[in-house]
Amino acid sequence: MHDQSIVELGAALRAGEFSSVELTRHFMQRVERLDGDLNALITTTPEQALVEAGSADQAIKKGQAGALTGIPIVQKDIFCTRGVKTSCGSKMLDNFVSPYDATVVERLRQAGVVCLGKANMDEFAMGSSNETSFYGPVRNPWDRERVPGGSSGGSAAAVAARLAVAATGTDTGGSIRQPAALCGITGLKPTYGRVSRFGMIAFASSLDQAGPMTRSAEDAALLLQAMAGFDPRDSTCANETVPDYSSTLRDSLEGLKIGLPREYFGEGLDPAVAASIQAAIHLYERLGARVIDISLPNAGLAVPTYYVVAPAECSSNLSRFDGVRFGYRCEEPKDLEDLYKRSRGEGFGAEVKRRIMIGTYALSAGYYDAYYLKAQQTRHLISDDFKQAFEQVDVIMGPTTPTTAFGLGEKMDDPVTMYLNDIYTIAANLAGLPGISLPAEPVNGLPVGLQIIGNYFTEAKILNVAHRFQQETEWHELTPDLNKQS
Amino acid sequence: MSLDHSDIEKIAHLARMALDASQIDAYAEDLSDILGLVEQLEAADTTDIEPMSHPLHMAQRLRSDEITEDNRRGENQAVAPSVENGLYLVPKVIE
Repeated sequence: MHDQSIVELGAALRAGEFSSVELTRHFMQRVERLDGDLNALITTTPEQALVEAGSADQAIKKGQAGALTGIPIVQKDIFCTRGVKTSCGSKMLDNFVSPYDATVVERLRQAGVVCLGKANMDEFAMGSSNETSFYGPVRNPWDRERVPGGSSGGSAAAVAARLAVAATGTDTGGSIRQPAALCGITGLKPTYGRVSRFGMIAFASSLDQAGPMTRSAEDAALLLQAMAGFDPRDSTCANETVPDYSSTLRDSLEGLKIGLPREYFGEGLDPAVAASIQAAIHLYERLGARVIDISLPNAGLAVPTYYVVAPAECSSNLSRFDGVRFGYRCEEPKDLEDLYKRSRGEGFGAEVKRRIMIGTYALSAGYYDAYYLKAQQTRHLISDDFKQAFEQVDVIMGPTTPTTAFGLGEKMDDPVTMYLNDIYTIAANLAGLPGISLPAEPVNGLPVGLQIIGNYFTEAKILNVAHRFQQETEWHELTPDLNKQS
Repeated sequence: MSLDHSDIEKIAHLARMALDASQIDAYAEDLSDILGLVEQLEAADTTDIEPMSHPLHMAQRLRSDEITEDNRRGENQAVAPSVENGLYLVPKVIE
């Protein structure tokens, strides 16, 4: 059962081949058996999952089932879930049981999904390897000595290991696409504003966006359908119509113009990964697409721009964690300042502290213009590069990451080297564009991600482009051998 | 831009974050490396470029001035470290 897609499982549930309760128990047993080693989940919610599965079975019996009714998923632990611990991967929120649901959680529940639990993640979504989590690293199901990527590493590993049919993720600089690439699954970061951020714990508010992490583009279309749409509770949520993402998946790619930015194929890209991506692009040419060389001249500014903008916004957002209203409080504070300082000093991990300090510094008197204002200007340059590119092409393609999954611990001592892992993903966040990562041909048994970036609100197009590839290839159907000892 | 021990102490104070004294030098090194990366921005010509604060160049939406939330003080305070009579407790501020 666990090897089937949402489409297949949904059909089987509606045909009465098995119940959602049976399906849910099956996944719960897999979690029980396999997750001790992978550490993809922080919290499991078996009782609640069985209640939701029971309701799904009722809906199915009454003929009221939708595409997602009864499908077991996991939620990234960045989404507030009423009555369930919502830690954001941090000691700061280890004791936090959310009093309300995120819009994404609410919408998926209304769509009938069963939530198996909350997925592990880098602390406050700051990391590219899932090693900054207070709950320990997640292991990559393809090689347990390697990282799953981050920050949505638990979500990616859970889907890759078939501990859940699908998962939610969030992407601030690549946190859906990069772990999707390293774990061999499909991950979509929608246009900024496409999915409500209400109840999604904020890291960098002008960059954060939630999206689906699934085995295929077809499944991603179904999940996004339920997640997307206007929400008055998020003032940056876009009031744009949500198209039927599934209806255009099979559209022909004849005449599709694919832009290949030369900056995404230069120094730093592993030659074997480059070859896998080139092979994927050749397949698109056989499907009738035309490849056009393009340039994103300011691509090199994306990582440095991000490491001003994201920390600046994070230092502001994370000021709410002060030990007063919720979250961790230090023992026996001697005065208010001591309460703030020790609660934050003890509650945050090293990477979060680094980013808060960089942001605090960049926003401090005398440095604002040199750092924050400058980065907002270079952000504009990066965004304009894409604007010009999309005058010539329909989609942009390239690798999601420069290499396959790296070893656990390999980059933890050097933050800047870790940051460069997001070199191809960050620009889409700065510009606010949608991007998807889907599996291309693996290299030495490790997954490789092909990234497709689209113009604003063209999720339907990039899902279509991804789906057509998946109709021709089987890379997305490969599964890791979880019985293999590493 | 290279940051030293006292810079880190100052920044950590601004961020109201206590650091282990033994880790301050390591933070100084890491933050200096990160600022080294950020310095690449200096080479970019941004004359007359508008700063971009929002990806969709949207104006902030307005809503009518109506109460839309229920009073959920009890639920919200249930997760607070210390409350009494509906108030959040902190160490004494005024003697």
